Amino acid sequence: MNAVAIEKTISRIPQATDFAEFVTRSEVEDLLYHEAELLDTWQLNEWLTLFTEDGCYYVPSTDLPRDASSDNSLFYIADDPVRLHERVVRLMKKTAHSEYPRSHTRHLVSNVRVLDANADEVKVAAAFVTYRIKFGSTDVYVGSTHYRLRRLHGQLRIVEKRCFLDLESLRPHGRVSILL
Amino acid sequence: MGNEAKLVDIDEKNLRFRVAREAFVSGNVLASEYEQIFNKCWLYVGHASEFKKPGDFVTRTIARRNILVTMGTDKKINAFFNTCPHRGATVCRDRSGNSKNFQCFYHGWVFGCDGNLKSQPGKESYGEGFAASGAGNLVPVPKFDSYAGFCFISFNPEVEPLPDYLAGAKEYLDLVSNYSESGMGISSGSQEYAIRANWKLLVENSVDGYHAVSTHASYLDYLKNTNGSLSSTKLEGKSRDLGNGHAVLEYTAPWGRPIASWIPLWGEKGKKEIEQIHARLVERFGEEMADRMAHKNRNLLIFPNLVINDIMAITVRTFYPQSPDYMLVNGWSLAPNEESEWARKFRLSNFLEFLGPGGFATPDDVEALESCQNGFNNYQSVPWSDISKGMGKESPSYDDELQMRAFWSRWNQFISGTPSPQANQRRLTSVA
Repeated sequence: MNAVAIEKTISRIPQATDFAEFVTRSEVEDLLYHEAELLDTWQLNEWLTLFTEDGCYYVPSTDLPRDASSDNSLFYIADDPVRLHERVVRLMKKTAHSEYPRSHTRHLVSNVRVLDANADEVKVAAAFVTYRIKFGSTDVYVGSTHYRLRRLHGQLRIVEKRCFLDLESLRPHGRVSILL
Repeated sequence: MGNEAKLVDIDEKNLRFRVAREAFVSGNVLASEYEQIFNKCWLYVGHASEFKKPGDFVTRTIARRNILVTMGTDKKINAFFNTCPHRGATVCRDRSGNSKNFQCFYHGWVFGCDGNLKSQPGKESYGEGFAASGAGNLVPVPKFDSYAGFCFISFNPEVEPLPDYLAGAKEYLDLVSNYSESGMGISSGSQEYAIRANWKLLVENSVDGYHAVSTHASYLDYLKNTNGSLSSTKLEGKSRDLGNGHAVLEYTAPWGRPIASWIPLWGEKGKKEIEQIHARLVERFGEEMADRMAHKNRNLLIFPNLVINDIMAITVRTFYPQSPDYMLVNGWSLAPNEESEWARKFRLSNFLEFLGPGGFATPDDVEALESCQNGFNNYQSVPWSDISKGMGKESPSYDDELQMRAFWSRWNQFISGTPSPQANQRRLTSVA
């Protein structure tokens, strides 16, 4: 392959400044790192305030294509705003036996990319590795999260968080009882 | 295994039914379970709805064997050991799809969806009758049959016919398949997970009406919190021994059912649709049966490891032990094919609020089972678990433990080497 042909096959590399008019990557990173900290310190009510009032949270089953909808496919988690709120209410209780005593978690966020942005919405993708440590077991959740963000009073808020697990199954984990 | 230890202790006089915790931790017992139970019984392999046209296939692991299930060009469903008859490589390495041919990548042998060898590189180097002899075909599992859309295999060529094996469970499989006039189907998306516990703990848990109020307190709180999703219906009902180790709980509960128990959360539009579904059930089956189908929940166990829980949604679940303290679980959602978009959405939403690794209930079951398994480390000093609840009652309640006793009694027959080969062996009498 000659040099000209190679140049033709390389697509343009997205840049951090591509959507600077609407958002910067570092602003998105600030949000995601803050989110990770809230989750790792079990400040779940505060975490919930990062979402808009219509905020949703999804974890599709591991054998589904990326564009699957929870309206007609079986997910692991498909929370509308009501259930997302109830998920947090439940997780803060001692009767949420799977998470009481609470597990230790570490949410690592990386490869943050702004995929698209306009005045209404920002689309972001990030890679994640989340560790859940409890009773002698360390389980690792790995995948990518796709966010839809909206600016509310100047602050970025989460409209949708969709976690695509790279795992082939939830083995050995057995559960997604923590928030990813 | 030898009979050195008694694993199930039944004292009908004193109404005690005890299970040795050794049965949950012993490698010998596990080996014996594969030998005496998983090698001998009928095992669920899939649902007929997963095979719509010739070439549709799924691969599954059933009792540690790789199984390839296909629909042949004659639209017959076949199950094969997914290993090349030549030198052993896994022939089909996709989870599911459609393919008329399956090529082993190792040496390039090609099989049709009926399992027959279609081509073989260098076939001139084999004896003349090689292909015709069938020696190059995929090996079918010894037994395959289906009932009401539920497909089963057995590794035991002498296994009793499936309808006999299913005994009283047939009525409940019929009931579940009767929800639909166009057929029931497995929804896309499967829940595959593991539990660090003995598989029999999940058997018990899947048909345990006793644990709901304490283990699932936070789920019941959630129903109360989400204004409108809690009807005034009480948890109450009966359990039944269905013979051959199968059992069922049938009971009313406060949650909504897409067929067909409306809850206020579903609104007026939903109410209309649920009423229509119910009216159609009445037309087809009469008032009494329609009410039973619509308003009663059923947790069904088919021995040894198929669970069909027809509760706020319908889950089909099967599981196998990898080791005494680790099992692999597969769960699916079953629904009528003709269901409206609205109903499907609410069904799946209902499913997820309770069931599965991300639900508001299953993770706490997983925690409970792992907690039991951890407790069983003390088995030498605390050797017995008790499942006596409701013994001696004429009509055991849904929250008694009759259904577990049905399972364990059958389990004990297989493990102690004295299973009655006939179906409908003596059922556990309600009165001990």
